[in-house]
Amino acid sequence: MSDGNMNLKLKVWRQKNTKDAGQMVDYSLEGVSPDMSFLEMMDMLNEKLVNEGQDSIAFDHDCREGICGMCSMMINGQAHGPKDLTTTCQLHMRSFKDGDTVVVEPWRARAFPVMKDLMVDRSAFDQIIAAGGFVNVNTGNAPDGNAIPISKENADLAMDAAACIGCAACVASCKNASAMLFVSAKISQLALLPQGEVEGEERVRSMVSKMDELGFGNCTNEAECEASCPKGISISNIARMNRQYFTSAIKAK
Amino acid sequence: MTIKKLDGKIPDGPVDQKWNQHRFNMKLINPSNKRKFKVIVVGTGLAGASAAATLAELGYQVDAFCISDSPRRAHSIAAQGGINAAKNYPNDGDSVWRLFYDTVKGGDFRAREANVYRLAQVSNSIIDQCVAQGVPFAREYGGTLSNRSFGGAQVSRTFYARGQTGQQLLLGAYSAMMKEVHKNRIKVFTRREMVELVVIDGKARGIIARNIITGELEKHSADAVLLCTGGYGNVFFLSTNAMASNSSAAWKAYKKGAYFGNPCFTQIHPTCIPVHGENQSKLTLMSESLRNDGRVWVPKAQGDKRPPNEIPDDERDYYLERVYPSFGNLAPRDVSSRQAKYAVDQGRGVGKSGYAVYLDFRDAIKRDGQKAIADRYGNLFDMYQQITAENPYEVPMRIYPAVHYTMGGLWVDYNLMSSVPGLFVLGEANFSDHGANRLGASALMQGLADGYFVIPYTLGNYFATEKPEKTPVTTEHPEFEQALKSSASRFEQLFAVNGKRSVDSFHKELGHIMWEYVGMARDEEGLKKAIGLIQNLRKEFWKDVRVTGSDVGVNLELEKANRVADFIELGELMARDALERKESCGGHFRVESQTEDNEALRDDENFCHVAAWEFQSVDTAPLRHIEELKFENVHLSQRSYK
Repeated sequence: MSDGNMNLKLKVWRQKNTKDAGQMVDYSLEGVSPDMSFLEMMDMLNEKLVNEGQDSIAFDHDCREGICGMCSMMINGQAHGPKDLTTTCQLHMRSFKDGDTVVVEPWRARAFPVMKDLMVDRSAFDQIIAAGGFVNVNTGNAPDGNAIPISKENADLAMDAAACIGCAACVASCKNASAMLFVSAKISQLALLPQGEVEGEERVRSMVSKMDELGFGNCTNEAECEASCPKGISISNIARMNRQYFTSAIKAK
Repeated sequence: MTIKKLDGKIPDGPVDQKWNQHRFNMKLINPSNKRKFKVIVVGTGLAGASAAATLAELGYQVDAFCISDSPRRAHSIAAQGGINAAKNYPNDGDSVWRLFYDTVKGGDFRAREANVYRLAQVSNSIIDQCVAQGVPFAREYGGTLSNRSFGGAQVSRTFYARGQTGQQLLLGAYSAMMKEVHKNRIKVFTRREMVELVVIDGKARGIIARNIITGELEKHSADAVLLCTGGYGNVFFLSTNAMASNSSAAWKAYKKGAYFGNPCFTQIHPTCIPVHGENQSKLTLMSESLRNDGRVWVPKAQGDKRPPNEIPDDERDYYLERVYPSFGNLAPRDVSSRQAKYAVDQGRGVGKSGYAVYLDFRDAIKRDGQKAIADRYGNLFDMYQQITAENPYEVPMRIYPAVHYTMGGLWVDYNLMSSVPGLFVLGEANFSDHGANRLGASALMQGLADGYFVIPYTLGNYFATEKPEKTPVTTEHPEFEQALKSSASRFEQLFAVNGKRSVDSFHKELGHIMWEYVGMARDEEGLKKAIGLIQNLRKEFWKDVRVTGSDVGVNLELEKANRVADFIELGELMARDALERKESCGGHFRVESQTEDNEALRDDENFCHVAAWEFQSVDTAPLRHIEELKFENVHLSQRSYK
């Protein structure tokens, strides 16, 4: 456990609503403990603002243990801040030094309008999943869980892809605001499993076309998405998706 | 008003035939008529998402409400360990009957036998369903599903997807839901919070929802309302629940006539990362699988502040191994938590705060090597190090109990219907299946059982019997207007207080009171004191709370204020329930009711029942009704883990 509280300067994006132009606002915060999480530091700032009678800063957060994918901040220009494989809620203030200036901004992408301050609308991701990110099987219609053996290797690879938390750091970090890492993770998970393979070609076509329709950009292989992903989703999923997409496009009726 | 004896509507017949027979006896709705019925599902965790998907598949129109930006965020996602099922794939003697038996006993005989049997019965279909959805469960090299043992069970019946089972099951249910969104059978309302239940002619017919983005109140009507809104652990401020997890939807239903069952039954999980300071916002659970290899200890001497590795073995107290020689470090959750509290109360707690005990892997690393331990727990060790900046391979982890799950919840009958006709309650939000203590890997099972395999049958029977379509209601009905007005005036009142104290400061104070007096050990004097303190806190809240910002657009302070006002009232009910239940059972430990060895002592003669509380008014004590519990298959016995 480390001692020694810090004083920080914060530059935080404030924007009243989607239509407001928005601006950076400077704050200072004293007595920040290195053991606090980044969001607890934001709570502390909000408590201070409330006590001064000001409107608190809106930001998305929920589980605060790195799994729900709700938290979403650009911290000093990096999605989820400076630590690898870490969501904002799991980033601790010991990653900063006394006297640091910390810049906090929302995810920025055409498909994710800012709703207030640091909150953005990521419902485009739900729309992509609704376009095909599922297996068409109704409740009650399932064979025994062991009826179809699945190789451990494929089950593990599917799980690697399924670990995506849908936070959208990949989109925020990409200069093209491409959603390909997110989309390919779901496509890969289902393509690697016999249950999902059945509808694989139809799925890849409809999810990719929904992704394009919603205004996400294309992939130009810079791998910023992979570098910023708090769950380590690999860009090899994008390659798998592209392969499947081309095959499916050639075969399309 | 007289005290009622509630009827759980448990079907007749032998326990293993009840559900089959009941399914046959229930009335059906013709497939082409199902589309005439509209169902509101509030909450999209495991219970809500699975119910919404399944009901839509059957043909009902479903409106699903979720508090986050997407149904995929619900806190079911954080469950780590796994999900139980009686598949008996490992051939180690498991069966539906054994899962039923373990769950009744684990719940310390305060759950309905019939419900628990049904849960065990449908557990296998849940696994099949999830596999079919593409949930990537762990597999063996031969391609079959992998199992592990969990939570003190003597068989391996837990299915898992690494340490992210809850995430994978939730994403499975979410994808099933999105499949129905694709077909326009489910309409999802995200960033909405239910702020009122609308009851017309004694039946639940809709809700008032607040749009968190615009601040607008909306009217939604339906033929039935399903509450799938999770537990109320956040009454304690600090818990392993997500920040948005709250009790307000359930509390509004309670105030509209739904009885609250066993509110004092709270599960305090023994292995969480300890509190670091006053600014802590939530607690993080470390999977209890760690107790398979970690040894729990504190120094023998009070106030021994030496670094742990400098404390020699003969000056350490491995208290779980000492007190429970046969279960040792694997003693159940409630027992282990209480022992940690005793050690801390004796001044033998460790770490800067003194509110922690050690979980030490030194001996396991010596025995099996660091690599073997890393293979088993690597991700948990990394998570611990990330949060505490300490390396658990070198120094023991510090752990302390934290509020994790609430077994109590809205009272429901066997059909999952509350005491308000047309209002059904699923998952953690109901009180039904875990009794006074939930076993590990059973929460996911219950949420999905309720949503995939119970409600599709019982809801159809309600529609076929009650025929709500014959008395159609729209949101133009005066009850909707009335409910909307009362919600609007509540939010206005929260602004109007215009006091000096932040919402969080009230929530933290409530948490301290609850943890101190309604936590791991409760006694009459403390509970009475707690009730007084909470009542004062409520008065002070409505005199001095400060809600900044405006009611147009996003206002997190206003959202929190609305929830905390409800938490305060619920906290009082929990203390009342704990005060009236003058026995110890499962997670509810009354200091006055213990064995010579300081273990929980049940009083089956006077308390073999569910307490179901009926709301009167905020300033009038609620009524305590009971539902008697009968144990015909698992015989009442004292739990012993010695």
